Parts: sequence; C-alpha cells; structure tokens
Amino acid sequence: MLSFMIALRFLTSNKLQTAFIILGIAVAISVQIFVGLLIESLQISLVNSTMGNAPHITITSSRDDITIRRWEQIVAQLDRYNVVEAISASASGNAYAEKGSAIKPVLIRGFDFDSADQIYNISEGLYSGRIANTRNEILMGKDLAQDLELKPGDWVTITAPDGGSTTLKVTGFFDLGISSINKTWVISNRDVAQKMFGYGSRVTTIDITTNNLFHADVIANLFKIILDNNDIKIENWKQLNQSLLRGLEGQRISSAMIQIVIIVSVAIAIASILAITVLQKSRQIGILKAMGIKNRDVALIFLYQGFLVGIAGALVGVGLAFGLLQSFISFTTSDSGVPVVDVYIDYFLVVRSWVIAVLAATIAGLVPARNSLKLNPVDVIREG
Amino acid sequence: MDSIIELTGVDKIYTVGSVDTQVLFDINLSFEKGSCTSIIGTSGSGKSTLMHIMGTLDMPTAGSVVIAGQKVNDLDANALAVLRNQTIGFVFQFHYLLPEFSAMENVLIPSMIKNWKVDRQTLDKAEKLFDIMGLSPVKNYLITKMSGGQQQRTAIARALINNPKILLADEPTGNLDSDNSDRICNIFRNINQEFGTTFIVVTHDTRVAEHTDRVINIKDGRIESDIRT
Repeated sequence: MLSFMIALRFLTSNKLQTAFIILGIAVAISVQIFVGLLIESLQISLVNSTMGNAPHITITSSRDDITIRRWEQIVAQLDRYNVVEAISASASGNAYAEKGSAIKPVLIRGFDFDSADQIYNISEGLYSGRIANTRNEILMGKDLAQDLELKPGDWVTITAPDGGSTTLKVTGFFDLGISSINKTWVISNRDVAQKMFGYGSRVTTIDITTNNLFHADVIANLFKIILDNNDIKIENWKQLNQSLLRGLEGQRISSAMIQIVIIVSVAIAIASILAITVLQKSRQIGILKAMGIKNRDVALIFLYQGFLVGIAGALVGVGLAFGLLQSFISFTTSDSGVPVVDVYIDYFLVVRSWVIAVLAATIAGLVPARNSLKLNPVDVIREG
Repeated sequence: MDSIIELTGVDKIYTVGSVDTQVLFDINLSFEKGSCTSIIGTSGSGKSTLMHIMGTLDMPTAGSVVIAGQKVNDLDANALAVLRNQTIGFVFQFHYLLPEFSAMENVLIPSMIKNWKVDRQTLDKAEKLFDIMGLSPVKNYLITKMSGGQQQRTAIARALINNPKILLADEPTGNLDSDNSDRICNIFRNINQEFGTTFIVVTHDTRVAEHTDRVINIKDGRIESDIRT
C-alpha cells in the first residue's frame, strides 16, 4: 500500500508530465477503439447488406425433377431446433411474365407468405400496394415492375416453360435491396406455383435462417447428419460467398494488426517515459532504500504508476473514441440523414481494448521497475 | 558494556575501470550501546565511506561488520533493508526528504515501510518528535515550504521514528549556520541521553565533536587516533 501511495504521489506531484502520459495513452487507445469499431461496423454492414434478406442455409433437391419429397417432415424435424429462427418451404421455377407487348423472364417463388416473410422481410420491403392475400394475387420486384410498366392492381400473364399460362393480379411491389431479386422475382402463393410447374404437393427449396450467421456452416453440417437424406443438398451462405468471407477475414486481420501496433507503441512509450521518471526520482528511491524499503516495494511503485496511468489513459481514450465516432457519424451523414456507415458499438471490443491497454501499461512499468532495482542508495547519497 | 557495532579488519577498495583505489585500511572499531561518538577527518579521509559501511549502505571489500549481533556480510538485500529500517536511523548533510510529501508524512514513512498501518502510538511519537524539534507548527507543510534548519530537524525526526538502536549522522550541520548547528547538536545529545540511542556522527566540525564522548580521527583511511573524553 505504501508503494501505491508513493506511486500516486509521484504522479500527482508532476501533474503536467502525468497529464501528457495519460493524453498519449488516451489518443492511442481512442484510435485503436475507433478503428476497431469502424472496421467491425463496416463488416456488419457488409454482411447485413449481403445477407440481411437471405437465408443462411438452403435445402434443394439433388433429384432430376428438382423437387423435395416429404418436405413437411423435414421442416417439422428442423423446426424443433433452437438454432432455427425461421424456416420456409417454397416452390420455385422459371417462367415469363407478359404485360401488353412486354415480356420478361421471371423467377416464380411460391411461398407460404408468413414463413417466407420472416426470412426475406417482404412486408418491410413492400413500398407500393399491398400484400397478396388470395391465390390469384402476386407481388413483384421493383425493377421487374418498372420494366413491365406495372401499377398495383394490374393483371399479368405468367407462362410456364411447358406453355401453360395463368393470369394473376399484381397487388404490390417490393424492394429487397438486391438487384437480381428486384429484377426477376415474382412472389406467388405456393399452391399456385406447385400447380403451374406441375410439382404436385412437392417443393423445390427449403430456406432457413439461424441464430448464428457465422456458424451456419456448422449448423448445415449438423442438419446433413440429422436428416441423412441423399435426395437433398444442404448449402450454407458461406459456401456461396467465399470472396466475401475472404474480404471479411482480410479486414479482421488488418484491424488486429493496427490494434497490435498501437498497443505495442503505447507500451514502448509508457516504458520510456516511466524509465525517465526512475532517473527523475532516483534521489527519492535512493533515500527510500536507505530507510529500508525493499526492492520489491520499489519495483511496485513503478508498476503501480504504469497501472494508474493505464487506467486513466484508457478511460479518457474510451471517451475520446466515442467522441471520434460521433464526429465521424455527423461528418459522414448524408443530407437525407442516412449515415455512410451504420456504426455498431461492440461493448466487448471497447472493454477488451480498455483491459489490454491497462495490462500493456502495467507491463510497460516492468522496465522502469527493473531499472529501479539497480539503483544503489549510496550512489545517490554520495552525489549529494 | 555490550557493543552494538563491531568492525573487524575492514578494507574498502573502489574500482573504477582498471584503477583500484583503497579508501579504508584494516579498520577495527567497536561502539558500545548508548555511546556518543564523533568520527572526524579531512575531506577524502574515508570517514563517510566508513559511515556508509556501518549503515549497511555499502559493503566492505574485506573484513566483517556486525550490527546489533547480526553479521551484515551474510545478509541478503531484504534482510539488510529490514536491519536498516528497524535498527539504524540516518541523518545526512543534505536532508534527503521526499519533496512530494509533507513533513509529517516524511517522518512516518520509515514506520510505514515497517508496518503500512500507522498506529496511535507511532502518531504520538511523531507528534512528540516534532515537539522536541520545535516543528509542531509546520508539521503539515510540504518539505519545499520549510527552511534548511527545519528540513534537517525533520530528517532527524524521521531517523528516530522507528526507535532505532543506532543513529548515524553524516555532516548533519554541514549546511547550517552556527545557531542551527548548536541546536542540532543539543538535540542529538538529548536524544542520546533520553532514548539511549547509540549516536555516531561524522563531521569535520570540531564544535560538533566537542558534544561527543569519544572522538575518532581518520586519516587516509586509517585510524589516526581514538580518544575518549
């Protein structure tokens, strides 16, 4: 405790120097936290924009007729697991949509609307018209609707590859934020799609979202084992987005590198400054040793100094980091009020950075602590 | 009388680069408990080195040093620190107080090194020492706000707080005017008589030596004379 008291008094007796040390640590830690949070937010934004309205795991048929048999059984079986957040079976197929003289290739997605909505957020993406309620009603992607010059309430003719045609009413248009979907998707009732493509009561796809996006591969493998069915293929988003994953990994490594470099520089800076304070306080240390203080307690004085400036510097650094983030958000927010990057605050990252900074500062105190052990009181006394 | 410090065949050689300089030659001395001794000599005679060795701040190159029954040559750094803290009090030419602390805190530090928690008895002792030193009105001042004489008297109070058996003083009046010097000498004499503390003062000031019962004269690292008055 005496060591702690002396450490505190040494720091408070030279306020300007202590303030500079704390500020130095604070600036470094704020940059570390700011960069860490920004890169993490960019990753989350990227994943959300890629995966936000998409299933994490998709089950399709490996049979020639592309349909899944006994799909109700599969859905019931998987729905029992807590990792499954939403599950939706759909009957899909390629067709043509015709309105007047305009004809466009489309992908008919025959959904059970409520369960599909939990995965694709269709009702949230519906920007015009209303949800399709009856068998003869459909929804269309934004770009497709523009290409066909449709408005809510119009009727379009859908022609299946076998030549069979059905005329359906378009009740609304959606924008799911992904161009390929907006350009080709027509969302219909599952029964209508099954009938249109001659699937009987079968479906072509089972879409699943899980409670852990980044463990989708593990969960998919688990499902393969559970279902043990050679007639189906189970794919997860990671298999289909290898380049995105590589990009995320690259970002993660560069973020870690930046953070390591910052922490090492902080530790070196603290070690050098505290090493100078050993010289500044050599007279005091010498006389304390002459009075009988033990080497261990002298070393503790410098470890405590590192610890104290670490705590204070890291605390101020966290405050500065939030200030930087706030400035970043206000500078990068567009006129319409939408920020360029949605900033997510990962409190674990903040606390982790704080703890690492305090640890680094304390460890940095080892260098001056070691130097203080070499100090001989008689040298100080002889020099006068 | 029992001896509290015994030096037998003490040599001290300083080595700088390849040059050896011997500053003490075969010193044999014994100091009785409760005695009051001055060690005099010219500058560079080796008297301060002798005091540092008696205070365990320095080690002899050869010979043995026994303090309060413990052979210091055999003790490790921690045991030496405990011996210094609990058996020896130091007063130097320069006060060597910690400027970051008040006079009271400086005086209590040796006690806090011994035992972090300062008890009522120690506080009373500190108050009494401030009273003896005539420092009660300034006891809570920062060291930097005190005069030279006040600082030196605070250093003496600090040296006495742990009730040391031995008080070693190296030119304690070297930086003081004659009034303050006399005052310090009287304090030392009173402490020696009141607490029975063994008192050894290194000085080149004959007026200080006059206050002691034994005067040892060191010349060129050897004992020139050892006179009991």
